[in-house]
Amino acid sequence: MTNALVGGALIGLAAALLFLSTGRIAGISGIASVALRRARTSIWAWGFLLGLMTGGVVAHRLLGHVPVQDLGNIPLTPLLIGGVLVGFGTRLGSGCTSGHGVCGLARFSPRSLVATITFLAVGMLVATTSAAAGFWS
Amino acid sequence: MKQLVFASLAGACFGAGLALSGMTNPALVLAFLTLNASWNPTLIVVMGSAVVVSTAGFAYARRRAAPLADTEFHEPQAKQIDVRLLVGSAVFGVGWGLSGYCPGPAFVGAASLDYRALAFLAAFIIGLMLFELTLGRSAAARTAAAPVSSDG
Repeated sequence: MTNALVGGALIGLAAALLFLSTGRIAGISGIASVALRRARTSIWAWGFLLGLMTGGVVAHRLLGHVPVQDLGNIPLTPLLIGGVLVGFGTRLGSGCTSGHGVCGLARFSPRSLVATITFLAVGMLVATTSAAAGFWS
Repeated sequence: MKQLVFASLAGACFGAGLALSGMTNPALVLAFLTLNASWNPTLIVVMGSAVVVSTAGFAYARRRAAPLADTEFHEPQAKQIDVRLLVGSAVFGVGWGLSGYCPGPAFVGAASLDYRALAFLAAFIIGLMLFELTLGRSAAARTAAAPVSSDG
């Protein structure tokens, strides 16, 4: 649990640092869509995403483990369907786990609270149903 | 330039936090989302810790007139809890529950050249583009005069 607490604190610190320095919300789906616009004003978004990938990979090296452990044999189908739905849904709903679930709650945003409860509840329903029905095994 | 440096640092800190907490592993995320005998609470501990620290950080930042490297804060202006928010969050929840991936961990996994994360990230970008080409376009037309609003 120490790793979860310290890791979570680092995520919170990162969100606070981005807001304090650039005034932007550390929502990964939002930042990814800003980066895709390829405007000159979106350079900060590319910096954030490159930092995210570098920081994650370096931390995994230092910790001596790989990001994806004991995933078993999750086939590609749910990953591909899931990816499209996450891309579309996070734009329609204006945020994901980081934008709504961390930054939104930290800003006391009622919209983000509703969004977070919604995606947690639906995510649990879908994951639990898929596992019980043995969809992917 | 200052924005690029700060954003890169924040991104690196975010990525390290995801890696240390184990959230880059979709199996651990699915173990939280799947309510059964082997339920794992890690995700909610990570989220709770992140919210506590960022709440303090946002409160501190808001006492300033402007951020360190920009002239104004870009806080989301939307207040209304509407159908878009609810449906979008539900659609995101379906994809998250199917895959165990949300965008942050997918970027780290893809940078580690894990083929599953790469597959998810490619599909995620297609999803972003599909939105821009469909509902995103109508939303942009409706709010042409207003700045693009997003919660994150």
